[in-house]
Amino acid sequence: MTRRERTVDVLVVGAGPAGLGAGAELAASGAGHVEILEREQAAGGIPRHCFHGGFGAGRIGGGAIGPVYAQQCVAAAVRAGATLRTSVTVTGWAGPRTLDITGPTGLERITARAVVLATGARERPRSARLVPGTRPPGVYTTGELQQAVHLFRQRIGTRAVVIGHEPVSHAAADTLRVAGLDVVALVTDQPPSPLPAVPVRPRHRTPLLTDATITGLTGRERLTGVALRHRDGRTTTLRCDTVVFTGDWIPDHELARRGGATLDPGTRGPAYDASYRTRATGVFAVGNLLHAVESAGTAAAEGRAVAAPVLRHLAADPWPTGRPALAVDAPLEWIAPNLVALDGSRPLNGRFTLRTGRRLLRPFLVVGQDGRVLHRERLLLPAVPNRSFRLRGDWLDRVDPHGGTVRITVH
Amino acid sequence: MTPTITATGALAHSLRDGDGDATTYDVTVIGAGVVGTAVARELARYRLRTALIDGSDDIGNGTSKANTAILHTGFDAVPGSLEARLVRDGQRRLAAYAVATGIPVERVGALLVAWDEEQLAALPALAAKAERNDYHAARIIDADELRAREPHLGPGALGALEIPDESIICPWTTPLAYATQAVRAGVHLHLNCRVRQIDSGQDVHTLITTRGPLSTRYLINVAGLYADELDRQLGHDAFTVTPRRGQLIVFDKLARDLVDHILLPVPTEAGKGVLVAPTVFGNVLLGPTAEELDDKTATGSSADGLALLREKGRRILPGLLEEEVTAVYAGMRAATGHEDYRIRAYPDQRYVAVGGIRSTGLTASMAIAAYVTELLAGTGLDLGAPAELPPLTMPQLGEAFPRPYLRAELIAADPAYGTLVCHCERVSAGEIRDALTSTIPARSKDGLRRRTRAGGGRCQGFYCGAAVRALIEEARP
Repeated sequence: MTRRERTVDVLVVGAGPAGLGAGAELAASGAGHVEILEREQAAGGIPRHCFHGGFGAGRIGGGAIGPVYAQQCVAAAVRAGATLRTSVTVTGWAGPRTLDITGPTGLERITARAVVLATGARERPRSARLVPGTRPPGVYTTGELQQAVHLFRQRIGTRAVVIGHEPVSHAAADTLRVAGLDVVALVTDQPPSPLPAVPVRPRHRTPLLTDATITGLTGRERLTGVALRHRDGRTTTLRCDTVVFTGDWIPDHELARRGGATLDPGTRGPAYDASYRTRATGVFAVGNLLHAVESAGTAAAEGRAVAAPVLRHLAADPWPTGRPALAVDAPLEWIAPNLVALDGSRPLNGRFTLRTGRRLLRPFLVVGQDGRVLHRERLLLPAVPNRSFRLRGDWLDRVDPHGGTVRITVH
Repeated sequence: MTPTITATGALAHSLRDGDGDATTYDVTVIGAGVVGTAVARELARYRLRTALIDGSDDIGNGTSKANTAILHTGFDAVPGSLEARLVRDGQRRLAAYAVATGIPVERVGALLVAWDEEQLAALPALAAKAERNDYHAARIIDADELRAREPHLGPGALGALEIPDESIICPWTTPLAYATQAVRAGVHLHLNCRVRQIDSGQDVHTLITTRGPLSTRYLINVAGLYADELDRQLGHDAFTVTPRRGQLIVFDKLARDLVDHILLPVPTEAGKGVLVAPTVFGNVLLGPTAEELDDKTATGSSADGLALLREKGRRILPGLLEEEVTAVYAGMRAATGHEDYRIRAYPDQRYVAVGGIRSTGLTASMAIAAYVTELLAGTGLDLGAPAELPPLTMPQLGEAFPRPYLRAELIAADPAYGTLVCHCERVSAGEIRDALTSTIPARSKDGLRRRTRAGGGRCQGFYCGAAVRALIEEARP
């Protein structure tokens, strides 16, 4: 096998906000040779094709647009001294911290003292959502749509339906309008909410159809419509030539899984502790690989926060074993981090991130382990699907290191 | 010889553009599916002016593109039937052809799993049937051995009949290889060319197509789902094609470790039932349904069909349902209500009908082609002596063999093979370029996916969809 074999100190896989944040902070803090690998031709991750504001700021309206933010992340990593390589793909593991790589310059095998996975997340396509019907052209995810419109200036269609009602759904609708399409409707299977999931932008007046399930796509040479069933049994078909399936994110976990980093059943990302350590020795994970989509700012912050634990690991800190897992009961969907570190490390900003499958008005959360209550907390705001809420982490000291799974339930 | 492939314009014009002034083909094959392309390839060995025409914009675009991708041994065919003979012969021919051309094949073997006492009791008769089909390696294994061979199988399996030679094959490379060889050897391929009417004269048939008239002395009807309609145009009422829809779910590559064999149910009166099988691309297939329909174009999936498959799949391989779904598709088998192929020559009409080629058509394709050519010779057409076709090497799409992204020498010679465009399927810019400029180039995203796998992975275009479309647009003349 003609593979060029090399070693580095830290290998970061993925140059989105999380990977670039990790690479920047690690290089700046003297971690040695830090190399960031990106399979796309340009670094920056998903913000590269998000042509809306709000990046790098706390809320929509402020901050930079995505491509500018992506450039800032890239510049920071390069300035800090990280080696950034694009158009190189990690194709598999050759050992616990050894990765096989393909690029235009040939095949490589890189062994690192620590690996940081930052492979991000993607939207589930129509097929994975098991939406029946024909398979005509005109079916997109937001990711494909944004690239087609903003990076490749491709023609999309004339009338579009957006599936989903979360921030990314509205970003997709905006992209469609930029491309000159009429957005016929946004469709969600969720009930109407008195609290909008995103700030209302009345200038568009696109109808939002709630409580509606997609029953099929029609059309052969081209999409002709989206068939819906409303909760009361009524059925309708929305005539359109374009449909965008938005949200429903899944971590891009192939490399993590193939490397022995067992997945958390809730997030579908690798199970990890507050120090971003997975179950595979020497393998850290950051960003939306861990929990699907949080903001780019959160992903970048997680990237930066991994530097300290990686440095401790490089200084021969032993890899933890036997960490109790954290798990949630329905209607909660997941909690992150989902392993208890036992070394006193706390989640980012001292709080866990959770999601719910249905709307909860001021939920009362109870944290327990083996029948013992560790913590009780009443949230002051409703928890809604597709948006994270937080849980304090100051009860971690009370976890029995030899005990069973720590469970979070809603009362 | 410059290959003649047309997809637009009047046929008469295309024909003159080919080589000279002749305006009548010796033989025209209607239908460029896996059987039609195999027939065209076989005819390409003779000094004939042959046309291969198809109603769609690509070869293999009907039944051939959406099936279970299995290279059958024919162990369960009706003994003594034409199908049994052609499947057995075709399996040998295609297995050898695949090795020679680089069509991915994996001999994973099949297990017919018995889930109750009745099914268990049926296994000896199936083993005996395999013997009568001249297949001698079938063997009954008990529950313990079955469990050891397939540890992720659902609870309750009592035993199985093992068919060690059942294989999985790439369903897309096969017709593409046939068509490529045929076209390179001088067969004219006309796409977007649907036959509307056939006017049969004393010496020639005039096909009225969507691209104008085409004259041919001999006619071979391999029109799959539409073979009965063409057959009636020629005055016969020999068979009726009832489309039988098969919906399938393709699971992610991360599911591949769950299954090592083609897991077949014990067949019943209702058909062969739902199987779980690995694919040569490293995915896992669940399906097909079997739905008798009236509409030959109803290749959509349905909520009921998908729910049925998931219910069956959960019993066979519970862990499969936990994995992500990569794709859902539905194909149509050309069932005729007869338990055999309907292949027949009409010497007076200089016509061969090839109907009722059901799910075994991929396996039997080369044998059907040889058989049809024999029948054609029997109608009075002087074929002359056959020639060897120049060898062909197809792009390697199978996961069990080194793909371009793993080949240092290939990347060193051309860095485009090290530049990945489709990340889920690890398809390089070099492979996409090749498919867009090959003998029978891809004309659409679907065509490109079937030639390279680009866009056929778990993200279904989230990452690469726009880039792949840009490459196709660039390649358009």
